[in-house]
Amino acid sequence: MKIKSIDELRKIKEQYQDFVQLRKQGEGNSEHVEVLVGMATCGISSGARETLNAFVTQLAKEKIVGAKVISVGCIGYCHAEPTVQINIKGQKPILYGNVTEANVSKIIEQHIKGGKPVEDLVLQVDFERA
Amino acid sequence: MEGIRTHILVCGGTGCMASESEKVIKNLGLILKAREYKEEVKIVQTGCFGFCEQGPIVKIEPDDVFYVRVSPKDAKDIIDEHVIKGRIVERLLYKEPSNENTINKQEDIPFYKKQLRIALRNCGLINPEDIYEYIALGGYEALGKALTEMTKDAVLDEVKKSGLRGRGGGGFPTGLKWEITKKQESDVKFIICNADEGDPGAFMDRSILEGDPHAVLEAMAIGAYVIGADKGIIYIRAEYPLAIERLNIALKQARDVGLLGKNIFGTNFNFDIDIKFGAGAFVCGEETALINSCEGKRGEPNYKPPYPAEKGYWGHPTCVNNVETFANITAIINRGAQWFASIGTEKSKGTKVFALAGKINNVGLVEVPMGITLREIIYDIGGGIQGGRKFKALQTGGPSGGVLTEDNLDTKIDYDSLIEIGSMMGSGGMIVMDEKDNMVNIAKFYLEFTMDESCGRCTPCRIGTKRMYEILNKITSKKGTMADLDALKQLCYMIKDSSLCGLGQTAPNPVISTMKHFWHEYLAFIKDVDHPQGEGKYVPKNKIGIKS
Amino acid sequence: MVETKKMIKIIINDQELSVPEGITILEAAHQVGVKIPTLCHLDLHDLKMVNQTASCRVCMVEAPGRNSLVPACVTKVSEGMEVNTHTTRAITARRMAVELLLSNHPNECFTCPKNLQCELQALAAELGVREIRWEGERMDYPKDLTSDAIVKDANKCIYCRRCETACNIVQTCGILSGIGRGFDVFVGPFANIPMVESSCTYCGQCVAVCPTAALTEVNHTAKVWEALNDPDKHVIVQTAPAIRVAIGELFDMEPGTIVTGKLVTSLKRMGFDAVFDTDFGADLTIMEEASELIYRIKNNKTLPILTSCCPAWVKFIEHQFPELLEIPSTCKSPHIMFGTIVKTFYAKKHGLDPDNIVVVSIMPCIAKKAEAKRPELTKDAHNNVDIVVTTRELGAMIKEAGIDFDKLPDSEYDKPLGETTGASVIFGTTGGVIEAAIRTTYEWLTGEELVDVEFTQLRGMEGVREAVVNIGGKELKIGIAHGLGNARILLEGIREGTSHYDAIEIMACPGGCVGGGGQPYHHGNEEIVKKRQEAIYQEDRNKKIRKSHENAEVLELYRQYLGEPYGKLAHELLHTHYEERERI
Repeated sequence: MKIKSIDELRKIKEQYQDFVQLRKQGEGNSEHVEVLVGMATCGISSGARETLNAFVTQLAKEKIVGAKVISVGCIGYCHAEPTVQINIKGQKPILYGNVTEANVSKIIEQHIKGGKPVEDLVLQVDFERA
Repeated sequence: MEGIRTHILVCGGTGCMASESEKVIKNLGLILKAREYKEEVKIVQTGCFGFCEQGPIVKIEPDDVFYVRVSPKDAKDIIDEHVIKGRIVERLLYKEPSNENTINKQEDIPFYKKQLRIALRNCGLINPEDIYEYIALGGYEALGKALTEMTKDAVLDEVKKSGLRGRGGGGFPTGLKWEITKKQESDVKFIICNADEGDPGAFMDRSILEGDPHAVLEAMAIGAYVIGADKGIIYIRAEYPLAIERLNIALKQARDVGLLGKNIFGTNFNFDIDIKFGAGAFVCGEETALINSCEGKRGEPNYKPPYPAEKGYWGHPTCVNNVETFANITAIINRGAQWFASIGTEKSKGTKVFALAGKINNVGLVEVPMGITLREIIYDIGGGIQGGRKFKALQTGGPSGGVLTEDNLDTKIDYDSLIEIGSMMGSGGMIVMDEKDNMVNIAKFYLEFTMDESCGRCTPCRIGTKRMYEILNKITSKKGTMADLDALKQLCYMIKDSSLCGLGQTAPNPVISTMKHFWHEYLAFIKDVDHPQGEGKYVPKNKIGIKS
Repeated sequence: MVETKKMIKIIINDQELSVPEGITILEAAHQVGVKIPTLCHLDLHDLKMVNQTASCRVCMVEAPGRNSLVPACVTKVSEGMEVNTHTTRAITARRMAVELLLSNHPNECFTCPKNLQCELQALAAELGVREIRWEGERMDYPKDLTSDAIVKDANKCIYCRRCETACNIVQTCGILSGIGRGFDVFVGPFANIPMVESSCTYCGQCVAVCPTAALTEVNHTAKVWEALNDPDKHVIVQTAPAIRVAIGELFDMEPGTIVTGKLVTSLKRMGFDAVFDTDFGADLTIMEEASELIYRIKNNKTLPILTSCCPAWVKFIEHQFPELLEIPSTCKSPHIMFGTIVKTFYAKKHGLDPDNIVVVSIMPCIAKKAEAKRPELTKDAHNNVDIVVTTRELGAMIKEAGIDFDKLPDSEYDKPLGETTGASVIFGTTGGVIEAAIRTTYEWLTGEELVDVEFTQLRGMEGVREAVVNIGGKELKIGIAHGLGNARILLEGIREGTSHYDAIEIMACPGGCVGGGGQPYHHGNEEIVKKRQEAIYQEDRNKKIRKSHENAEVLELYRQYLGEPYGKLAHELLHTHYEERERI
């Protein structure tokens, strides 16, 4: 589909409002659980691909529907790669660091299924997005 | 290469170099020689593994074993145990950081936020391979607004008023560059995105292209609209395969929805972008060299004037901006010049992305408002020096910059203040050295880099940097004299004064600034017969009016 | 060209002066007697060769207000600009640049082929360099001795890139370019393949402009001495037209001095058994080429005809325009024709075994060295040239032999085969071959006497020239190009069918053979080349006979031996063929 005017562009944007709310603040009406995996070169070289694969397989195994694993760029926390952000409606998005394959099941179990963040792995976000 | 059965890859990235990887290489070589394994095993110094915090990194191929924090004295075990006996040295394998550490770090982080992310605003938040996620977060609205609601002059005015300056290092006002190119009378103009990021240890541009490629495409289209170009080029180094892949996906998606191509947003503005690959020569980041390379010529700089804005790609007016510069544009259009200009210092507006590396706890990318102090970056954001050791120096501006010391930690940094204190903004590399680092070695490392990256066109840079490197080698191997120090100094000023392009003109900076701040470390290497302690007054010979 | 340029005021070393806008600091300084040393810079004005790489950094000067020194060779003056050319800061930087170059340059001036001719050496002397403070690694590449014409010694390359400009911009051959980067960089053929494998034409313009000995000709003087010292050999020498107006320069004579007589005497004193003039071969060439032209015109064969005297040009068309190989004349070049006549007619006449004859050609040219080695010209050892030496090499030999050149009396070339015409002399300059051909063609086609033999419309230094010559009511359209880049322009027009000529003369070197790659070095002064050209035309005017077909000895040769011009034997001995070559 071609976007031929700014109005058409804004219409598309509106359709995505739930998505934005969830992604940015963990609010809105989206029923999805989002798993954002930092998949820039730095993340990948620190094992992000294995982490991402582990999320996909384990979420399928656990038959958790409505959870989406999404690869995103880097947030710059090289010292804590791989990084993963979990967005669940009604919760502040949680950023995890050092999410190796081994930590994936813990996050699924405790956080995605149990709703309780894995405190050990939580990274404090020390930046504001413009 | 016949007969080589094992490769030992040792990270030669800046971070690892700062943590003694050179000595590791030397020891590995010596032990191999002693064990008579030199014919079968090859030591390769590689680029950054992206794992600086754990450096020095050593990887054994084809076994695919990855050792971290390898100290020079570990070389013996790696050779004797692993290479010869085939037994993995368990203690050098990477261990997950203990949870305790993480918690500690969490407590360290102050509750207020020092970072403001404009250029990196979408990185890590959106799927870079999905244009709709970008649109959902307001993407392409700035372009739509520019094309349908604003005149070219109004857009230009906004960029000028924002005070945005080139993020590639030079800090030239972006609006002014656009204006000069816009003023040129020509039917054919080009806008080029300089993605030839080459400073050792810097990866700001790569992260932006990998995390938010559409931000760059959109900004290029806006720039093209202003200057009157219908063709854009992204010049990117071939060593960035993932960034290239994501750019290609982004380009295709933007074309599919008509945000690139003919009659964008139903206007008569046409614009499309080509990708051109660089072979990774550092000098190709210089805009005239970059244009030569785009044209398929040798990647070497030309004498300016004429500037690319007058005569650029194939002789047409061309505007060259860096990735990070572009990444700020849409935010400026969307939120207004006033908002942008409210961030930063009087003459340097907005934020700057830095790649923190070296002996700092939180190695990584940060984006901070101009005017922040180095202390805030190193201690509040970077989490301080590793192992609680003492801070010694900080290198900014990559191989073209200089070192800053304890005295400079409270300087509010921007383009001008950094130059004032003897360094420069550069593209954003920031490497932290602690008390264990020797500054002469650091200077030598940077000089080796520029020497290797010199295109060779002009004499001072081609031969001068080589001679400087040789003198530094002589000094660090304790064979140097006071006369060598003097020769080194003279070369510094001559190369700075006479080189053709920025690479050469700034090549001596690391030596000049380490000499200025850490002269005693140079002297400590000198075991002159006449000056056993490297002291005393040395009268230089053949010295004509050199300013020093 | 009358063009009023805006004048601006500038100050050089405290002298105020008014200069036209747009000139460089270097040019402006020249006007007030300030000499700024240069090295990479080269400007051959009318010959259209300009090297402005600004890479050596020798001409650095101080311009207050600029952060760093500026290169005078490319920096344009601007209103009110102040320049200080010889401050200690500038002198120091300049001298250090030369010292740095020397620190990576072989220390072998004594034995270097460019000793006393080297611009780097001269500059070091001029700047008073007495010490090289920066010792260290030097480049260490093997010499490229693969070709028969050019020696490449990368270790002596100072990366001024004049050769690259000559090869790519002027000659458009695209052989030489920067190889590698940083400290190890030098200029060489793509991927550093051996010269012999490249598409080099051996025009030698790179050698002509190289300031050092990074590019020199293959030296064949030892071979000549060997032949001269062999009592069993009958050694014949021939001198090309452009030698007599240039070799005097090697003995401190004014450029353009005509020294034909001294040249002959010196060769005789060196011990050659006979001294001949390639001009004889040139007259022979005209006999054949004019016949070929008339044959092509009368039989509606391919036109234009292209002259084929210049071996670099022949190699250029073989590599670059193989689809046009039908159009060059099949005539061998004059010295090869002469070599053939010596080893056949002359040998027979004097009862000599051609195997014992050595033919030495003194040429202004480096490409002739390679030409003499072409398989089709050497397959029969009885019709070739054995050794080619350049003007420069001959000069060195004369000095070696202890001959005080400028004190020599004049002598005449040996006879027979020694008579020459004005037409053959002008072979040495651009426009000369075609003018000579027209003088003969005119009379042959019209049967009338040509009274005014000087076709000034064919002369000059413009890179590409066109003229229409009316011959008995028929208009012949002539094209002339010198410099291979200009040749390319003409050839592209022919290939695209956009231009139509009847005859074309091409010479590879700017100015023609007077500017040849084997001539005394002009060191960037194109006036020298122009003076040689003037001298060539003077020598033409000095000759009683100025048309090739009036050369009595040439006519006698046809009568006694060759038969008809462009006839059967002439074809066999005086014509050749070309082959398609790869373009690398």
